[in-house]
Amino acid sequence: MTGDLPVEGPEEGAVRLRPPRNRLNARAVPWWRARCLLTTAAPVAVLAALGAFAGPAGTWLRYAAAAVAVLGLAGTALLPAWWYRVHRWEVTDEAVYLRTGALWQEWRIAPMSRIQTVDTLRGPLEQLFRLASVTVTTASAKGALRIEGLDHEAAAALAERLTRITQATPGDAT
Amino acid sequence: MKAAGAPDGGWQRLDPRTVLVTAAVMGGVAGGAGLPVLLGLAGSMPWWQALGWVLAGALVLVAGAAGADWLRWRRTRYRIGAERAELRTGLLLVKRRSLARERIRTVDLTASVLLRILGLVKVRIGTGEHTGGGESTLELDPVSRAEGERLRRELLAGRSARVAQAAREGLLAALDPRWIRYAPVSFVAPLLGGAAVGAVMQLSQWFGVQAEVVGWVGERLLDTPLLWAAVVLAGLALAAGAVGALGLWLEMWFGYRLERERGGTLRLRRGLLTSRSLSIEERRLRGVELVEPLGVRLCGAARVDAVATGLVKDDEGRNSAHRTLLPPAPGPVAGAVVARVLREPVPPTGTPLIPHPRAARTRRLRWALTAALAPVLLLVALGLFLADVLPLYAAAVCGALFVPLSVLLALDAYRALGHALDGDYLVARSGTVRRATVALRRGGVIGWTLKQSWFQRRAGVLTLTATTAAGDGAYPVYDADAHEILDFAARAVPGLLEPFLERPGGGEGPGGGGGGEGPAGGERRGGDGAQEGHGGGDRRRGDGAYGT
Repeated sequence: MTGDLPVEGPEEGAVRLRPPRNRLNARAVPWWRARCLLTTAAPVAVLAALGAFAGPAGTWLRYAAAAVAVLGLAGTALLPAWWYRVHRWEVTDEAVYLRTGALWQEWRIAPMSRIQTVDTLRGPLEQLFRLASVTVTTASAKGALRIEGLDHEAAAALAERLTRITQATPGDAT
Repeated sequence: MKAAGAPDGGWQRLDPRTVLVTAAVMGGVAGGAGLPVLLGLAGSMPWWQALGWVLAGALVLVAGAAGADWLRWRRTRYRIGAERAELRTGLLLVKRRSLARERIRTVDLTASVLLRILGLVKVRIGTGEHTGGGESTLELDPVSRAEGERLRRELLAGRSARVAQAAREGLLAALDPRWIRYAPVSFVAPLLGGAAVGAVMQLSQWFGVQAEVVGWVGERLLDTPLLWAAVVLAGLALAAGAVGALGLWLEMWFGYRLERERGGTLRLRRGLLTSRSLSIEERRLRGVELVEPLGVRLCGAARVDAVATGLVKDDEGRNSAHRTLLPPAPGPVAGAVVARVLREPVPPTGTPLIPHPRAARTRRLRWALTAALAPVLLLVALGLFLADVLPLYAAAVCGALFVPLSVLLALDAYRALGHALDGDYLVARSGTVRRATVALRRGGVIGWTLKQSWFQRRAGVLTLTATTAAGDGAYPVYDADAHEILDFAARAVPGLLEPFLERPGGGEGPGGGGGGEGPAGGERRGGDGAQEGHGGGDRRRGDGAYGT
């Protein structure tokens, strides 16, 4: 199995991960945009305010504010759509499967038998967009899965389903 | 010395001599702090007056601490019932903490010199849940040694009897005094050396003789050139550090014994002044980690850490000392201990590993050169900017020093990379400054995380991380071949990853003989292409074939 891999191209005869089946709710894109805008606006406002009062050094601060604003707006324009294309999730009877990231992609898999808690969370911004996130933790300190940007009713249903499946699945979770 | 009977429902008290211990400790603190204060005060008042003030202060301190500890003793009770271990403490706010006995995983005994003289031990009972904040441990500080041993036996043996394992009892490893030769090459030595220099400076400052000390050292080294003086001083500091490391090693590892007790508990005893007894239930053991820090590795030695759930996290500031099963010892000894601890005929950590693709080496070389050349380029830019030659010389020295060093480290880091399946264990190795080979029980893997950066995607590698309830919580396999590692993970834990894999052309893949282009083509890069169309076949296959 290992020997012939480096010779062949990655497209032929090789094992690969398939993407999880479900996308997030489409409202995740405007939600991410809003979040990006807010995280950009805060430092820009601080820098601009400082720049307005800082006298001679103010010019540089204003440049910095402009640079942050340009970067933040570019991120707001590009990243959420990209995230939406990448982020996917899937829950089978055996496992939870999640793909996230853009430049750094990440696939996480947690088996049902090892799930310890299922939480739903709705931040203020998420409530505005009627979204919620579901966090699934296992006994590992580093094994949590967080599915963000689900419709809040779908999230509640998912959490209930997960709880039901995990209760029905034997295992001591460690 | 049995703690006083059972006055109310089996509640017992701690050992009253805790007050003595606290008073003695506080006395030491007062003495240590009193000396500089005395010297400071003696400048502005007669010495007897200063002494009086200091003594009075010390007395108040000692009496206060002893009184507080007496109150604590008065208000603290513990009870080991049939179902739960309970602790009740607190002055105004009564705190109760209780652990279900079936959840108790560790009972550790520690005794500092003072406690040992009085025949006392500190007992820590842990469940090993990741709640943080210490909610999951009971600490009995202190009880008599006999009571501590009784608690340990009762709490651990009680449950192990139910486990009923065919236990091979006996000694797994005992200290070989020759292992002390690995103490000075550990990272502790330079740290202690630096601390020693700092301590000399601090002490001389307290006594107001710092200038003299520096002057005296300068005088000794007056005739030597600056470079040699620096080398000599660094050497002295390192020598002091080495001596300190030897002392620390003695204190930590004197009397080291690793035993297996009836019912499948590993018991580790060690310590010269402070004696420690740590117990790890084998049921909690998910594997071991063979750790080779650079200096120790160059001497052909390695240390063995346990990968277990429920080890008490971070008590003495250092987490790793708590889970170390074997101090740095010769490679074959470490291997033998690994095998014995895991009850395997040969140590899984010694299994031949699958090397990682060359792309991993390229990546490491690139990082190393970037890190080494950044300061060089900075210095060159500075030299050109200032039109000065000094930064250019510095750049040349930096380049000559850092570039070969970083390249060596990068090549070594690449050589370290590897992974394999050996029987029941997933083995992964990485690291150069701290090379670690982890052998993780496959049943202990409770999830996978796969990470791939944009660069990794182009290089066709990815990082697989096995999450587990034990140890660090996650053990990564860095920069493995992106396809081979998926197969590896699928084989390591049957059924977990399989439903999410596609094997085009592999006979059981959804595309049949059609090969990689159809369903797989739109998958990885253009993730939005086909989302509902494929995968159904995979899933059914996964569900049917396995089932954990």
